[in-house]
Amino acid sequence: MATRSSIAHLQNPRRTLSSSSQTPAYPGHIPLNWFENAFLAFGSAAMSLADPRRGDMIAALGETTAGPALPRLRDHMLNSAEGRQILKDRPRINSDTVDMNALAQLPEGTFGRAYVTWLERCGVTPDTRAPVHYIDDPELAYVMQRYRECHDFYHCIVNLPVDVSSELAVKFFEFANLGLPVAAISAAFGHLRLDWPKRQRLFGEYVPWAMKCGASANSLITVYWEKRWEQDFGELQRDIGVWSAPETKWRKPLSEAKIAAEKRRKMAEMALAEGAEASS
Amino acid sequence: MQTLTRPSLRRALFPLHRNLQTPSSPPPTATQPPSPDSTTHFGFKQVPSSSKQHLVKEVFDSVSSKYDIMNDAMSLGVHRLWKDSFVSGLDPGKRGPLKVIDVAGGTGDIALRILDYAREKYSDRETSVDVVDINGMMLKEGEKRFKKTMYHNTPQISFQVSNAQSLPPSQFPDNTYDIYTIAFGIRNCTNIPDVLTQAYRVLKPGGVFACLEFSKVENPLLASIYDQYSFSIIPLLGTILAGDRESYQYLVESIRKFPSQPDFAQMVREAGFETGKMVEGRGGAWRDLWGGVASVHMGVKV
Repeated sequence: MATRSSIAHLQNPRRTLSSSSQTPAYPGHIPLNWFENAFLAFGSAAMSLADPRRGDMIAALGETTAGPALPRLRDHMLNSAEGRQILKDRPRINSDTVDMNALAQLPEGTFGRAYVTWLERCGVTPDTRAPVHYIDDPELAYVMQRYRECHDFYHCIVNLPVDVSSELAVKFFEFANLGLPVAAISAAFGHLRLDWPKRQRLFGEYVPWAMKCGASANSLITVYWEKRWEQDFGELQRDIGVWSAPETKWRKPLSEAKIAAEKRRKMAEMALAEGAEASS
Repeated sequence: MQTLTRPSLRRALFPLHRNLQTPSSPPPTATQPPSPDSTTHFGFKQVPSSSKQHLVKEVFDSVSSKYDIMNDAMSLGVHRLWKDSFVSGLDPGKRGPLKVIDVAGGTGDIALRILDYAREKYSDRETSVDVVDINGMMLKEGEKRFKKTMYHNTPQISFQVSNAQSLPPSQFPDNTYDIYTIAFGIRNCTNIPDVLTQAYRVLKPGGVFACLEFSKVENPLLASIYDQYSFSIIPLLGTILAGDRESYQYLVESIRKFPSQPDFAQMVREAGFETGKMVEGRGGAWRDLWGGVASVHMGVKV
């Protein structure tokens, strides 16, 4: 079949030299050859350190350094009934697929209720995860996307907020549990930005907890969180083999959720105005 | 029309050859004036001609704030050498103050070099440069740069938004300028012959048209290295430094779509300019920089 990219290949023959001889395997896929992959790995590592707000760079770092970790995670999923169901359904987590209102109605003590409470306390939304670009196999790309989208569940199930120390604790936990190199890299370098007392606390209390808990728990990539909204929080923790992290101070909520809510309100207003104009 | 020529200027530009107007190569292909349904290239994609301008605008809105940093990163600083060579080749100020129009001049790189060159070499503080660009955000970056210089708020510099293909005669009357420069801008225009026609119109008789643009590399080894670099590294640099792969992908693709040196020289002639012979180098219609990675085309309005 003469696809547009194969015709482009004929018209622009130099493209055989680059990775673009591979056609994209899914929307947003950017194939890279080994050199480009290495270049992006180093570049995104440097940029993530220089500007940690560049979420797209941390995402790129994760993808370019994943290596054999993703196939291993997929194997864990294939070995568990729940994991197999996830691979079949390929559920996504964003504010369109997660009904926040319904979850808020659930009884106190359920996982779903705990999740929306956690989102509010931290001031974040489920929409902040970058799409996957640099993983070639579509199923592995989904596993990576799933890992990224479940990150907030990992925070919630061990009761950690989103400040820098807690993020690092979760990274250590993720590395112990899932084995992704990017978790190790973030953990290894992220603490350099902390002051001494915080670093002491991190390595004294949180890292021991993270390594013990992460290693002994089930592989969290196999948990079908969306089917457990009504489950009791403590029972869920026991089911998957985790326990809460040491107590920490919860700061003021971030402004992410507020900004997202403002944006939604403005767009709803605009849509209403356009609707009124159209009908008049 | 004035019969004033500038023989000394012409000799300086094309020292070895006389006036040679006869076209020797067939007309280049990418110059059909766009009809309402026609398509044109936007990098390697085909798009309706009417939307190219907007697509290019989006690219430059997106890159404007990091434009200078990205130029340094992508060319490892070499673009500065090219621009220096371009301006020295023009030698502004040698025969007195000039009125210069720098089109697609956005961030003011060329304008600043021209003013500094004339000032430092010829103690010229009367030469003026009108910077014109279709993109307001790029011009803003230019104004910011000029605020740090001694030319800010002087008659030597001005910034105006306008389309190179249709410079309004009220703002840019006929026969006004001594030099027309366009550096790394013309390949983004939808209709290159229109740009050249406007350039011809606003230049005085004897005025010089000068274009610095990415061009074709002939040497196969250099071409291969250049291609690899362009298509692998540059979009990744865009991703890493600016979080924007698409704009830089467009930039490297648009370079491949630009006419070759002889084809573009032919277009310059067809606009009415007198150029050197259809060869590269001294006395030729163009001068390659770094093996053709960039090229300087010049013409004189007679």
